Amino acid sequence: MTDSAIPKPVSQSRAVWQQFRSHRGAMAGLVILGLLLAFVLVGPLIWRVDPAYINPDAAAMIKARNKPPSWASPLGTDQLGRDMLARMMAGGKVSMAVGMVAMAISILLGTFVGVLAGYFRRLDGPLMRLTDLFLALPLLPLLLVMVMLFRDTLAGILGPELGTFLLIVFAIGVTSWMQSARIVRGEVLALKEREFVLAARSIGTPPSRMILRHILPNVMSPIMVAATLGIASAIITESALSFLGLGFPPDFPTWGRLLFDGVDYLTQYPERVIWPGLAISLTVLSVNYIGDGLRDALDPRIRGR
Amino acid sequence: MFTFIVRRLLLAIPTLLLISLVIFLLVDFAPGSPMSEIPLTVPPDVRQKIIESLGANEPVWWRYLLWLRQFFWVEPLHLWDHLFGTAFAEGQQRIVSWQSRSPVFDVIAQRVPQTLTVVGTAYLFGVLIALPIGIWSAYRQYSWFDQLGTFISMVGYSVPTFFTGVLLIVIFAVNLHWFPSTYDTTLKVTDWASFWQQVRQMALPVTVLALFNAAEISRYTRSAMLENLGQDYVRTARAKGMSERTVLLKHVLRNSLIPVVTVIALGLPTVFGGAIITEQVFKVNGIGAALIGAIHANDLPMVQTLTFIFAVLIVLFNLIADILYGVLDPRIRYD
Repeated sequence: MTDSAIPKPVSQSRAVWQQFRSHRGAMAGLVILGLLLAFVLVGPLIWRVDPAYINPDAAAMIKARNKPPSWASPLGTDQLGRDMLARMMAGGKVSMAVGMVAMAISILLGTFVGVLAGYFRRLDGPLMRLTDLFLALPLLPLLLVMVMLFRDTLAGILGPELGTFLLIVFAIGVTSWMQSARIVRGEVLALKEREFVLAARSIGTPPSRMILRHILPNVMSPIMVAATLGIASAIITESALSFLGLGFPPDFPTWGRLLFDGVDYLTQYPERVIWPGLAISLTVLSVNYIGDGLRDALDPRIRGR
Repeated sequence: MFTFIVRRLLLAIPTLLLISLVIFLLVDFAPGSPMSEIPLTVPPDVRQKIIESLGANEPVWWRYLLWLRQFFWVEPLHLWDHLFGTAFAEGQQRIVSWQSRSPVFDVIAQRVPQTLTVVGTAYLFGVLIALPIGIWSAYRQYSWFDQLGTFISMVGYSVPTFFTGVLLIVIFAVNLHWFPSTYDTTLKVTDWASFWQQVRQMALPVTVLALFNAAEISRYTRSAMLENLGQDYVRTARAKGMSERTVLLKHVLRNSLIPVVTVIALGLPTVFGGAIITEQVFKVNGIGAALIGAIHANDLPMVQTLTFIFAVLIVLFNLIADILYGVLDPRIRYD
């Protein structure tokens, strides 16, 4: 047997990337998500129109209302003469930020609960019953109730924008950690029986270091997949809340809020609904595809086949 | 099996009690209280009377126990009276909505038929669409049909219902005038013309919900079928000379349906939750719309009762899914 018959060993991250690249949907998702991110992050640097600008001169404002697409405003203007393109960019930034932060909260909580339940046998029962309890809660109604009850108070303390943002992000995070907790617990339970954990324990590694150095790095891949899919569901939940009128305040655009505002003008200006809806759908679709590809790429049973 | 069901039922009781407590406390301790809704121009003694008439001046634990008693004892008694013409619940206080001052369960009884017609039909259609698509996608894996099917189910799963709903309204109601954009709850089906009108007004909401459900169920069906198609018993069946039809529809499908049936059972309560949005888009006057209305009107008893009913549905269908799994799959033994 010659050397050439043995394939050259590749590093793990490289192997993952190669598998990920072979997933066409995931690559398309990555490109589209990149374009959308560029649209909301780089876009405002190029298209320097204030999304909240309403012409103070009433006559000029009325003339600038409900304009069809033109060079001055490529997506037209809304019922108060605000530029739709600038509002789409600003709204996307908020929607994506909500998705990321809510996902981070939910993943942190889920990993925390999952690791504790999987690692410490005494905590397993109570924590899993807690997870089951949360899974049995009707989440959308509870989210609506939470937002309705706490919005005004928090807005009074922290200001309408920051208050609503924190409330929504926190509410979504607190109601979506259960899946990742279950996945992480299962992985930790399996890892605990492995030899390297036994070896680490036999040299007297304390539990905190055990979890941080030996357990957590090995449960990273399911966490990453759960995180990707979590962004998608957080974005959908936020826009659903905004759509039901229980999200961000009216003059603070998010994609869900823009869609909600557009519904009133559905018959005359359907494009005001279609643009934000399309943006939400494309973001969620591409994130879901990336999650799919990531799951395949991180699964050693599929990788390399 | 019997002991398993009994044990699960007994376990469901503390779960539901805890959930009801969580819901009650969350709604109750929140700063946005209904008392702040009473205008400041109302004199203090009248204000006090209003609060007393709502029963909102009692301590929290007292109101919680009263609500529990009303929910689990008085309301079932009322139902019994209503059905059999007895008078057990005569004079007992029911859960009263602060918004309409009528019993919460009367409002729910008025709203349930709309939700069940629209959401139930949609779920049925969703399952009927999803199963053939899932089966054929798995059988012809990587064919153009499979590629298209998985893409569409990914789209249907990712695009939120409020966008598909609005999009369908723009296309079919605003531009083509094929269907009405809103659901007329007062329509009574008496003859063929009104039946046709009912079908037309149900078309759009049912399409939206059915697509969303079909996307999820077809994904599950496909992966369950794929898992079973690779099993040894399939090869054996083919080697025996059975027709592809028998192999696919008798052997593989039966085994693949076990997880799918449980997924369908688990999805039933979430359909009620998801219907909140669809009901809002098409103005269907169902349970979801009742919840949204109650939330906007700060109607605490209504919100608490509806949310708790959703929780009961979730726990119930979880239990049904578990039992179904045990009944259908002889490999699963709970005892």
